[in-house]
Amino acid sequence: MSNAILVVGGGFSGLTAAIEAAELGHDVYLVEKSPWLGGRVAQLNKYFPKLCPPSCGLEIQFQRIRKNPLIHCLTMAQVVGLSGSKGQYNVRVRISPRHTPPHNVDFTFLASTLEGETPSEFDLGLAGRKALYKSMPFAYPPRFVLDPETLSKSDMVRIAGQDKLDLKEEEREIELEVGSIVIATGWKPYDVTKLSNLGAGNVKNCISNMQLERLASPFGPTQGKIVRPTDGRTPHSVAFVQCAGSRDQNHLNYCSYICCMATLKHCLYLAEQNPDTQVTVFYIDLRAPGRYVKVLEKVQALPNVHFIKGKVANATQARNDCVEIQAEDAIRGEKLTLQYDLVVLATGMQPSLATEDLPLPVARDADGFIVGGEEAGIFAAGCAVMPLDVTRSAQSATAAALKAVQTVKGR
Amino acid sequence: MAEKIGVYFDLANIGGGLDVQSLATEATKKWGDFIAVSKLVPELALAVTDIEADIAAQGLDGVLLCGASPRFDNELYRFKAQVEYVNLREQCVLSYKNPDGSAYIPAEVAPAPLQQLAQDYVHMGVAKLQKSSVPDSAAIEITRRILVLGGGWTGLTAAYEASSMGYEVVLVEKAEKLGGAVINMPEASPLGPTWEHKTATNLQDKIAKVTGNAKIKVYLNAQMEHLTGQPGAYTANIKTPDGTKTEAIGSVILATGWTALDPKYLEPMGLGKSSKVVTLAEFGKMLLNDSVKAKRIAFVLDTTLAEEAFAKEAAAQEEAQAEAPEAPEAKDGEAEEKAFVKADLESFKHLKYSNVVNSVGMLRLANSVCEKSHDGVQAFILYKNMTVPGILERFYKRMQDRLGVMMTKADVTNIQEVGDHMVVECQNTLLGDDFDLEVDLVVLPTGLVPTTAKEVTVQFDYRQGPDFPDLELFDGYADSNYICFPYETRRTGVYAAGCVRQPLTLDACEVDAKGAVLKAVQCLEAANRGVAVHPRALDNSYPVFNFVRCTQCKRCTEECPFGALDDDEKGTPKPNPARCRRCGTCFGACPERVISFANYNIDQIGSMIRQVVVPADFKHDGPRILILACENDAYPALDMAGMRRKTWSPYCRIIPVRCLGSVNAIWISDAMSKGFDGVMLLGCKYGDDYQCHFIKGSEICNRRMQNIAETLNRLGVQPERVEQLEVAIDEYDKVPAMIDGFVARITALGPNPFKGM
Repeated sequence: MSNAILVVGGGFSGLTAAIEAAELGHDVYLVEKSPWLGGRVAQLNKYFPKLCPPSCGLEIQFQRIRKNPLIHCLTMAQVVGLSGSKGQYNVRVRISPRHTPPHNVDFTFLASTLEGETPSEFDLGLAGRKALYKSMPFAYPPRFVLDPETLSKSDMVRIAGQDKLDLKEEEREIELEVGSIVIATGWKPYDVTKLSNLGAGNVKNCISNMQLERLASPFGPTQGKIVRPTDGRTPHSVAFVQCAGSRDQNHLNYCSYICCMATLKHCLYLAEQNPDTQVTVFYIDLRAPGRYVKVLEKVQALPNVHFIKGKVANATQARNDCVEIQAEDAIRGEKLTLQYDLVVLATGMQPSLATEDLPLPVARDADGFIVGGEEAGIFAAGCAVMPLDVTRSAQSATAAALKAVQTVKGR
Repeated sequence: MAEKIGVYFDLANIGGGLDVQSLATEATKKWGDFIAVSKLVPELALAVTDIEADIAAQGLDGVLLCGASPRFDNELYRFKAQVEYVNLREQCVLSYKNPDGSAYIPAEVAPAPLQQLAQDYVHMGVAKLQKSSVPDSAAIEITRRILVLGGGWTGLTAAYEASSMGYEVVLVEKAEKLGGAVINMPEASPLGPTWEHKTATNLQDKIAKVTGNAKIKVYLNAQMEHLTGQPGAYTANIKTPDGTKTEAIGSVILATGWTALDPKYLEPMGLGKSSKVVTLAEFGKMLLNDSVKAKRIAFVLDTTLAEEAFAKEAAAQEEAQAEAPEAPEAKDGEAEEKAFVKADLESFKHLKYSNVVNSVGMLRLANSVCEKSHDGVQAFILYKNMTVPGILERFYKRMQDRLGVMMTKADVTNIQEVGDHMVVECQNTLLGDDFDLEVDLVVLPTGLVPTTAKEVTVQFDYRQGPDFPDLELFDGYADSNYICFPYETRRTGVYAAGCVRQPLTLDACEVDAKGAVLKAVQCLEAANRGVAVHPRALDNSYPVFNFVRCTQCKRCTEECPFGALDDDEKGTPKPNPARCRRCGTCFGACPERVISFANYNIDQIGSMIRQVVVPADFKHDGPRILILACENDAYPALDMAGMRRKTWSPYCRIIPVRCLGSVNAIWISDAMSKGFDGVMLLGCKYGDDYQCHFIKGSEICNRRMQNIAETLNRLGVQPERVEQLEVAIDEYDKVPAMIDGFVARITALGPNPFKGM
């Protein structure tokens, strides 16, 4: 019997579950697929409703991890096998090679001398990254990662003498014993290529809401300036297309919870950067749950933000790399054809497990959300269960930590 | 007090041409016997076992690690000795620029100002460690019993979950029976997958799990009289029909829920004027009692009509008040003695904030009534925004399927009784035309007003009063105001859950209750171990008071953001370590400097300040600026600035502090008498959207600035030499310019008149 807990996923929910359980005295293994913790939250510029920086909350979480010897973080790691049962699971975890030392080394200079580049996953393709990289300044663990596939031939020469880089490091597998499991595998932005009527990602200056977050971020591709990707120009007119994929039986059969609030937040970004920018939001319902109503009212009071109730039928390329959209004003019953400098698709949240496999005995619904698992001592948290904002993810994760602790307590 | 210190220099992370050997030699020269070991190691991370061996062989009681920022790799350096860091990478070499402002291109030999910067930091590090000791244990005997206030849906869930963790529970319910608002709900909105169907509440099962539980004691018709003590060791006095009961308690879950908004707010929509207008909560009860006779029912979600009427009236009232003569202000002395008066925070906002609960509730009840009447009822739902977020969209879709339920967006512009029916006037609908809807009954939303907006729920027997402070900032909800940390309240050991925190559907209340149980258990176990809870979780230091010198000025008891300090009749503070979050605001407040932490204290920071070499020649060698930086956001921002190769004036010396609230005015005097030309306080944003991790620290520091200015004036030092600046953690690209701006202002002011004295 083991009283350790496995947490799968190192985004905000996974971090919360892991830390809360460990602060109660349990050994926790936190398994994260990517090289760093923080998940989607790390990509965000600000949170609604206070517009505070998410890295502030992450900094506290990382501090709590650094101070707690009971938390064992495994990054670039994935669960590949499970045996046993509630109270005594054996978990096989595969760890990919990082090719850098197991402690902090500042490779900034070396990285800047490299040539090979590949589109940055973290910046959602808006910028490139080098072979040796660290996606965020507050990254935890504070370690670079080397991706050999991105090394150019001359890069290979440059790193040849570096004894701190180990190109020979191999993938390895470890086995963990745990009593219960929290699944916090989170979400990903809905794939825009599936939204053929909205340009399928092929219309220039038609970006997703998560891409806008990266543009607005001080460590994003434009150091925080919201500009058109094609020409770096400040947009004078911006349209937001709500429910891009959400509330649609052909795509996501639910509302993604955060996109209305994200768009309202984006309106505030735009108004702050350039109060003259004309913004139009096309929506079905403006969903500002609970006290978030305050944010809605704040944005509705902005002189240059306009709301039109109606669904956008399509988005196409117009002259000067502008975007033309056709929409319906549901109240007036009018068909509208309008052009904008920049169009933002408020894409929804798809559970990561909709398209990925996880070798754990839990059922998923048609959309990929986890259903059940409790009887096996497996508890899902955060956006693996349903679309949620950060606060409710933290609640969900704290609750899952309780159930995981209850399962192993006294064993 | 560390007296046998090992100093280790991490050669792999100290660049810039610094003469590391000289740093080490100078340190040994200055600190003599305190430094037992001094080593230059090729790479610190690889020297862990060597350091452990030194600790064992030499009996080191302190280890000073000079190299990268303390924010990196400290999980590697968990030694059996006190550990301190000297940040020679991010906040020294990487952020260094030449005194003339030009970029420093790393050379073989570091320029003198850089070498001096590093040397100062090393001396400051030794001083810090030398003035630091290992805290004694603040562990207290605890009671493993959790008090749950409120026996509604959330409270019942919390009580059961806490008992399942093996803890005893005392459940206090104000009403004569358990169940709360759910008693009057015919059904629940979805409580789990597939999230499509309404479901039985099964409230009786939930109640039975509590009443039939040997670990749970239930008090009905009961209320809190007093909560005394601290987490782990509270005493709760509970007023019951059989007199006051006293219970030993470890921690508290506040699940007192909500009360319905005063009907007066919805009077403009007919509530209270016509019997044919009811609220959603009332309608649920009617349906349960089979007393719904109406055949055509309008569910009106849009309450703009009432809001506008109410706003108009409020504006008129304000105008009338403005004309009335102002009441004379209470004198200072009187104000202090004034008894606590609970402000009524109920407002129209609570109706708006209840949008999800009402949207989901109207969908559910419209369907229920159609079902129950075998489709003998026609229901209309009129909304502005159907706020059914997230997975509950599936429920929304299902509820649209029923033929008897018609929904449209509509601006409801008037509701009036005409003959034996009601007329609801609708504009801007999705049906193309404006129309008047004739119905037999109008159902309006229910405003969920958190109990904390109207009542003192917990009745703290605390120096700072019986209620949660600053509830008005959150419209009366007992919420944390932190997105990342929803459970924290201003009263350690008390965790809010359910509709007292925000209006939530039942499924969300259950999740919330479970989370609160974890936090409540965590807190009392932390008290048992003598360690802090969030945000300095596991910190085993705590404030120690030297009462001999205390003048009973009460500043510490008043300023503690968490109300950790009570006092006796004379005003001598009574610490409650388990309520304390270890921010140090108390010692920042203390004019007599009688409060200290074993490893963080007034003397320690003062000693660090005195270690800085301040050149006498201002013109030639430049000013010296002290930066006291909050370690939570400002310090990481400075680190990231350095990592991003942003540079600032080499005349600055940075000392991290736990919170700006802990900054004691004596440090400013120390700096001024040492000859520093300016002091910059760098901390979190304050105000309504504060980012301070200790809620009030940066705000309190700002309030103290006035006193500091007066002191400086008295000393003949311009108050402009001290400035507090706000920085968010992601403002790493802006903070260097903030620093340089301050340095420029100080340079323009000229040297500190005390320099060289």
